[in-house]
Amino acid sequence: MADELDVLLDKIEDPALRSEIKTQVERVRAKRTFGLAFEDPCRSSTPTAIISQTRAPPEYRSTALRHPAHAPVRLDPAKADATELAGPVFGDDAVTEADADLTRAAHGEAVGQRVIVTGRLLDSGGRPIPSSLVEVWQANASGRYAHQRDQWRGTLDPNFAGAGRALTDDEGRYRFVTIRPGAYPWGNHHNAWRPAHIHFSVFGRSFTQRLVTQMYFPDDPLFFQDPILNSIPDVAARRRLVARYDHDVTEPEWALGYQFDVVVRGPGATPLEDRAHG
Amino acid sequence: MAEATDRPGLTPSQTVGPFLHLALDVPGDRVAVEPGSDGSIVVRGRVTDGNGDPVPDGLVETWQIDGRFARCATDARGEWVVHTAKPPAAPTRDGTLQAPHLCVSVFARGLLDRVVTRCYFDDEADANDVDPTLAAIVEDRRHTLVAGGSAVDGYRFDIRLQGDDETVFFDI
Repeated sequence: MADELDVLLDKIEDPALRSEIKTQVERVRAKRTFGLAFEDPCRSSTPTAIISQTRAPPEYRSTALRHPAHAPVRLDPAKADATELAGPVFGDDAVTEADADLTRAAHGEAVGQRVIVTGRLLDSGGRPIPSSLVEVWQANASGRYAHQRDQWRGTLDPNFAGAGRALTDDEGRYRFVTIRPGAYPWGNHHNAWRPAHIHFSVFGRSFTQRLVTQMYFPDDPLFFQDPILNSIPDVAARRRLVARYDHDVTEPEWALGYQFDVVVRGPGATPLEDRAHG
Repeated sequence: MAEATDRPGLTPSQTVGPFLHLALDVPGDRVAVEPGSDGSIVVRGRVTDGNGDPVPDGLVETWQIDGRFARCATDARGEWVVHTAKPPAAPTRDGTLQAPHLCVSVFARGLLDRVVTRCYFDDEADANDVDPTLAAIVEDRRHTLVAGGSAVDGYRFDIRLQGDDETVFFDI
């Protein structure tokens, strides 16, 4: 059936219309595969390449009253802002080197496995984005956030605030020293545990590039039951949220190293252009 | 397939979660233009969910054509506030003049990706009447994109994520 449909779609002469309809079809197919989404993101495969979630996944309960019911209105690219809305400009004084080391507090060092997390901020053309703010936050080694609303019984660590920021360098690279966060229970479903993760916020150069996401650690056994990671229907896209262990980043007698690149849309790209190669 | 190696796949969005304040709630970021200075305006609003209840753990960001940026986490009542200046009217890519507006992102637990909307201003009625984006929205939802108030009293832009009178969001 799918093949027949593809043959029919290829007969549409107008390339713009063909691309538009194919994108819609891919979206529908992506939704159909969602029921199979509790998979190890590194071992399964689905044929679609759609990363944009167009409906709220019921498995993630917090979406129920918050996810808009109406489909978002597609802005005609010709009617979009002529000048790409520039992102905030951050001077070197906005960030100090110490901001990128989460392990050092006033009185001592944070408890846990010390890790180095580094990577590049790129656009979808593979171009590095320099001088851009990267903000991170995370739980401590016990899986506890230093946040008043976190009620999990994990131990608070007075030497770990769990937030950092850095500016990307000329090659778009950032680097944080932190500790590996613990997993924690969150009550979403029976025996629900979030896999260890670090929250990332990046600005890029323009409004369309703004991205907030989460980085995971390889070989985490909790992926299969996490509806947040599995809200991404495409396995290749899910895999891009998992950092890669890199022994060349690991420093002797000091810390384990991980690589995590963040790729945002092209500055002038429309959703259609970018989803076509998502 | 050669293109695939040249063009890296996009990093998907994930929810901001309930503890965004640890890194993203920076009080100074609420002020793009000092209150009381020439041309400054205050824009405030409330973020509510499908039951009409406040969203107390969200983040609202405003970006505008003149490069100004502000952000504010919502409080226990779902309220946010930013101090900025009204942006100039700006052309679209095809040269049509648009009414002054803020581009607004909302992040919250329960949203896998940000939602994006626009904040126009009620006291720009003439410009709003010919704005091509407002014109593309069905009439009975258009008001969700327009902040009431004035430069003197401040503007109010409430954001309803879901339910009756849901705010119009854009796929950008």
